Amino acid sequence: MTDKVLSPPDHVEPVVFSRDQLDWLPWLEPMAEQDLTARHMAGLVDAARAKSPYFRLLARDPEVLEARTRTDKDIFYNPEAGLPRAERELAAAVTSRFNGCIYCASVHARFAATYSKRAHDIDRLLADGVAADLDARWNAIVAASVALTSTPIVFGPEHVDGLRKVGLDDASIVDVINAASFFNWANRLMLSLGEPAAPPAKS
Amino acid sequence: MTDVIDTLAAIAPGSPLDAVRNMRPQARLQAQASHDSLFEPVSEADANKLERFAIACFVAGLHEQPQIAAFYGKGLVPAEAPAMLQAAIGAAVAAAKVAGPYGRYRKGPLSIEDQTGPVHRIAAPTREVLGPRLAAAFEHAHMLVFHPRDSAPSYLQALLDAGWSTTGIVVISQLVAFLAYQIRVVAGLRVLNARPA
Repeated sequence: MTDKVLSPPDHVEPVVFSRDQLDWLPWLEPMAEQDLTARHMAGLVDAARAKSPYFRLLARDPEVLEARTRTDKDIFYNPEAGLPRAERELAAAVTSRFNGCIYCASVHARFAATYSKRAHDIDRLLADGVAADLDARWNAIVAASVALTSTPIVFGPEHVDGLRKVGLDDASIVDVINAASFFNWANRLMLSLGEPAAPPAKS
Repeated sequence: MTDVIDTLAAIAPGSPLDAVRNMRPQARLQAQASHDSLFEPVSEADANKLERFAIACFVAGLHEQPQIAAFYGKGLVPAEAPAMLQAAIGAAVAAAKVAGPYGRYRKGPLSIEDQTGPVHRIAAPTREVLGPRLAAAFEHAHMLVFHPRDSAPSYLQALLDAGWSTTGIVVISQLVAFLAYQIRVVAGLRVLNARPA
C-alpha cells in the first residue's frame, strides 16, 4: 500500500479549550490491530491501548513508544514525594494551553480538576489562558511551565525562587520541570499527527 | 552507562540533584531508553542515523542550545556526515531562528489568540546540500518546534512527497518531540543545579 495522508471522517472540530471528553482522528494510517506483534504490544505497554488509533500509529516505532509511555507514567503517577498529582497535571494542562493543544489540555484539565477539586480555577485557565490569576502557588507553577515551554526556553533562577517561595522543595521543582517538559513532547505528537473531534452535538 | 540528561545538565553522581532524579527512577531510565531507541535504533530502514543526528543538531540549534547541538554534532561524525552537511546545518539554524509558540487556531473564539509567524523554507543553497528528505524534515521540525498548533495534513504530505514513509514520519516526529522534552529537562535542571536552596 502506498503511504498517504488520511482524510478524517466528518466531525465537529472543537474551537475552544474545555474539559470535554474528545476524540482524536489520525492523519496517517495507524497499524492495524491484527498486525500488532509481541514487539508492538510491548511498545503499547497497556494492551487496552491497542484500541487507540493514536497509540497504534505511534506503535510504528514500538521501542520509543514503550520508553515514552514509561517515562510518562513515572512523571505523573509515581506517588513518592515531590509535587501532588493535581499540580503535575496542572503543569501538563498549562503547557498544553500555551502550546495550543486542545486535546491534551482537555485530558489534563480533567485530571487537574479532579485531583485538585478546583474545577473553577482550571476552567479559568482554559478560558483565559496562562495569564489567569489562580493563586500564588498555582501562579508560580504556571509561570515556570510557560517559561519552560517557550522557545527559546526562558526558565531562569527567578522561576526557581518563585517556586521555592510558595513552598516547593527541589523534588517538587523537578516534578514541574519534568511535567512541563514532557508535555512539550506529548503536545507535538498529538497536534501534528491528527486532530481532535468533539463529541457529536446532543439533539 | 552514561545518562545523557546528567551529562548535559552536569549532574554529578552523589550530588543533591542526582538524589532527586533518583526519586523518579523510571522517568530517568526511560528518558535514556527513549534517547537510545531514537539514536541507536533497531532499524534504520525509515530514518537513518545520519538523518536522525542531523535533525537533532538542527532542533538543538533552534532552541539556542549550543552545547546540546555540539553533543549531537558529535554523532554526525560516526554517521559519516560530509563536512558540507555540518556547515549546511549551521546555515539552516542561523536562518531559522524565531520565538515560539506561535500559530493559529481553527476559526472561532480562539482566533483572537492567533499569533502569526513564519512558515520556514530552507534556502536553496542549503537545500542543495541537505537533499530533499532532510530539507523537508527540517521544515517540518521548524514547525514542530516553534508553531506546532499550525499542524495540518499538508505538512505530512510534504514529508511523504520528499520520500519519507509513514513510519519514517512517526520516527522523526518522535525525535523532534522527544528533543523538545530532553532539552527542556536539561535547561531546567541546569538552572536548578546553579541555584542550591
